[in-house]
Amino acid sequence: MIETILFELELALPQVVLGLVNGAFYALLSLGLAIIFGMLNVINFSHGAQFMMGAFVAWMLLNWLGIGYWGALVLAPLLVGAFGIVIEKTMISRLYKLDHLYGLLLTFGCALVIEGVFRNEFGSSGLRYATPPEFKLLDLEFGDFFLPGYRVWVVMVALVTCLGTWLVIEKTKIGSYLRAATEKPQLVQAFGINVPRMMTLTYGAGVALAAFAGVLAAPIYSVHPGMGANFIITVFAVVVIGGMGSILGAVVTGFMLGLVQGVTDVFWSEASATVVFVIMAIVLLTRPAGLFGRA
Amino acid sequence: MSLDRRTLIKGAAVASLLPALGAAPFRSARAQAANTIRIGVLNDQSGLYRDLSGPGSTQAVRLAVQESGIAQRGVTVEVVQADHQNRPDVGSTVVRQWIDRDGIDVVVDVPTSSVALAVNTLVRERNKVYLNSGAATSDLTGSACSPNTIHWTYDTWMLAQSTGGAMVRAGGKSWFFITADYAFGHALERDTSNFVRSQGGEILGAVRTPFPGTTDFSSFLQQAQRSRAQVIGLANAGGDTINSIKQASEFRITRGGRTKLAGLLVFVTDVHALGLEVAQGLVLSETFYWDLNDKTRALTQRLGAMPGGVRPSMVQAGCYASVLHYMKAVGDMGVAAAKASGIEAVTRMKAMPTSDDAFGEGTIRADGRKLHPCYLFEVKQPSESSGAWDYYKLLGTTDAANAFRPITDGACTMPRA
Amino acid sequence: MADGTFTAGAAPRVESPGFFGFTLPQGIAFLVMVAFVLVSPFFLYPVFLAKVLCFALFACAFNLLIGYAGLLSFGHAAYFGMGAYVTGYAAKSWGLPPEVAIPLGGLVGAALGLPFGWLAIRRAGIYFAMITLAMAQMVYFFALQAPFTGGEDGIQSIPRGTLFGMFDLTADLTMYWLVAGIFLGGFLLIHRIVHSPFGQVLKAIRENEPRSISLGYRVENYKLLAFVLSAGLAGIAGGTKALVFNIATLTDVRWEMSGEVVLMSLVGGLGTIFGPVIGAGVIIAMQNYLAQFGSWVLVIQGVIFIACVLAFRRGVVGEIGNLLKVKL
Repeated sequence: MIETILFELELALPQVVLGLVNGAFYALLSLGLAIIFGMLNVINFSHGAQFMMGAFVAWMLLNWLGIGYWGALVLAPLLVGAFGIVIEKTMISRLYKLDHLYGLLLTFGCALVIEGVFRNEFGSSGLRYATPPEFKLLDLEFGDFFLPGYRVWVVMVALVTCLGTWLVIEKTKIGSYLRAATEKPQLVQAFGINVPRMMTLTYGAGVALAAFAGVLAAPIYSVHPGMGANFIITVFAVVVIGGMGSILGAVVTGFMLGLVQGVTDVFWSEASATVVFVIMAIVLLTRPAGLFGRA
Repeated sequence: MSLDRRTLIKGAAVASLLPALGAAPFRSARAQAANTIRIGVLNDQSGLYRDLSGPGSTQAVRLAVQESGIAQRGVTVEVVQADHQNRPDVGSTVVRQWIDRDGIDVVVDVPTSSVALAVNTLVRERNKVYLNSGAATSDLTGSACSPNTIHWTYDTWMLAQSTGGAMVRAGGKSWFFITADYAFGHALERDTSNFVRSQGGEILGAVRTPFPGTTDFSSFLQQAQRSRAQVIGLANAGGDTINSIKQASEFRITRGGRTKLAGLLVFVTDVHALGLEVAQGLVLSETFYWDLNDKTRALTQRLGAMPGGVRPSMVQAGCYASVLHYMKAVGDMGVAAAKASGIEAVTRMKAMPTSDDAFGEGTIRADGRKLHPCYLFEVKQPSESSGAWDYYKLLGTTDAANAFRPITDGACTMPRA
Repeated sequence: MADGTFTAGAAPRVESPGFFGFTLPQGIAFLVMVAFVLVSPFFLYPVFLAKVLCFALFACAFNLLIGYAGLLSFGHAAYFGMGAYVTGYAAKSWGLPPEVAIPLGGLVGAALGLPFGWLAIRRAGIYFAMITLAMAQMVYFFALQAPFTGGEDGIQSIPRGTLFGMFDLTADLTMYWLVAGIFLGGFLLIHRIVHSPFGQVLKAIRENEPRSISLGYRVENYKLLAFVLSAGLAGIAGGTKALVFNIATLTDVRWEMSGEVVLMSLVGGLGTIFGPVIGAGVIIAMQNYLAQFGSWVLVIQGVIFIACVLAFRRGVVGEIGNLLKVKL
């Protein structure tokens, strides 16, 4: 009896690990969203589209300029982040004095435009981005199950990035300015800190994080215009569960929900897509501010 | 009103709404030119089935119109195309408008079985002609058979028997399916399961993958591996199959030879996208291969450069052959009669044997099933291939009489003429 | 609104509501609308018009929530789509006539709106929108899996049936008259709700919620009732649409559909009476025209969203109303 359970668990392990890979993306994306929301009070609906842009820029860098994966990891976030800064400066900044819902609607419109343009250019079926061969070094084998090294790398990088971002926000001077400006922007401005510029850069940073996740995703999910839309709504649910302004909450919840999805995939695969939303409903009933949120 | 930024943006917003004024579809009676046949090619122009159908099908149709010589009889033919985006609601809206407003007489191609079935009903209701080349579901000549429809090229039963049969003969008795969750996937899984069971095999399980939109099959492949099945049947097509095979290779699913992958529907365009390194040894069934014989090579030559730089797929060849044959019927019965009743036109097509460079000699059965031989291919190893698009070696042929489901086994309830 | 809030805004001058709660300008606009509805099928394609009216009703239902209760629901497709599925299933598999099938769709929409609304109302503003979006996504995944919806195939070949055993709806024109009737009925119902004591309380809640609470109103219940009514009407719109097109698919429950109805109301004018109707007409016409250009529809819709949010917040009807100094 114990043997059967252990045997089943051993077979289930690969799927759970794959869930962790998904969780890495949830964490990275909700991190970006949480940062933007915390600072700007704007729900960046175009986060998924910017994630997709990151993947496409990586593809374009490779196929049009011959710049490979490592170059893309640095360049794509910079390029897409710059694009984000332009959006913030020209459009989003006008909406700060208005109801926050307008920010949601504006970024929703941006998402449609971005997705539409890429769909027109590239069709919707997906372009292949080859997995860089370097990662074969990280290949893992447990018994019959083989985990390609690239997916191990994704989880590691996501953890490091999330941890690093959290450290910057919580433990550095710039991070403290950011946190202060979130709570009392006028006061911080009075101290001579350029708050509008900080907001612009924060948006750019959040977008860059999304694009970074996009580059990571390119070899796994193949590059197609709908890839952001598939993720973004689940990520919204993750952010609601974790607590909207909480950085740590976003990261922890992201990884956790990836794991939960992986486990659900083993026992009841049809429900794995909905389980995140069910959890969200439960959290809303019991702890409306989110698991890590401050009401 | 001062010309400030806000006014400019407002003006732009209003200007962008102006096309809406021109968009109201007016119901002016179209002067139906009595001698014009209108063909509508409906398929996936931007998604995962674009390469095997798409604008290439339209090109094939235009060649067929040209080669049919119908112009010499004073008949004009107009060909239009549209993208159904693999969505039944989009497809049915397009066809509805095509027939009600634009005077389309024939709808051609329509891959993606869910759309194909929706169009099937619409065309039947309005008594037009439906020449389906792209869809796979054998229901088109089974429970959904229609006197206005001819199902060309291939279907799920044919694939199950040919590819499925080959895998079972090679020792694959236990199966697990990864199925695209729509009409085609279900039909293919069903027909193959029936076939496997009839040969003494067993089905260990199946997992449904959301369609379209799934690009990561790793979790489904893991489930398949967990079942310890000898054969993982890929009941999907196009981009889904490519991703499944690629990821199976990435996850070393077939390592050790204990598990085999059965690509139940694979097109030459898929093999091209995969590359021989990954696809070698794959066993598949098609009814047309550009390099099969002199006639197919000649047709490929005449088709010329295809959109996307591909060689013609069997779906595109089917568009060519079906329209060619339709034009024969039009020439035979006259334009007015052909336009007046789709059932009459299709009945005339069934009465005449077919002959073309794509499929050779063939016939059309009473239930709308086009009959022609089916070929079992194996993908060459890189060393065996002389270059791009030289991908297949022929393993065997099933003749037209045995390639498709016997008419008595389908659930078609059409009165037999 | 142009002042940055989501309220319908105060009327520029005090209007005395006349016939049926319409002021004079509104009454004129209403009559113009009715005239157009009656005359248009004779020179425009009736199926196109029927589609516009279904979506106009959907947008009006959505607008009830945002314009009068101040709640932005980003998941209204759930009620529209489930209404479509249930009506389709009832008509096809149970053989129910349209006068039963369509209200059934509305009932299901309302029934779905009850738990979802109750849950979402626990938060406000942006959180409310996000929660409604997530709930709608749950409904999408349910529709994907549930056997009766047919997954990607959808429910096809839905029979239009015979209304009251007398009117065969297979003829496009007859179907159009039914849709026109449903739309006008729904429109007047919404208008009646807004101008009833219930509607007045909603307005009070929207303008100053703490004061409403201090006056003793059970604010949650009012919001929830508005939500359920809105969801129910959306369900009716969906059910009607399913019969017009003989098909109910996943497109009806996708989040893009939720976004579209927001766009229609935004373009037409949030919180105005006629705004959603105009908005629906504009957007559907645009989609029709641009369908041949593939994904440009998405791009244009996004551009319109952005332009409206930045500089056109009153929407078409709102701007007209502002110019004429009336409230439409």
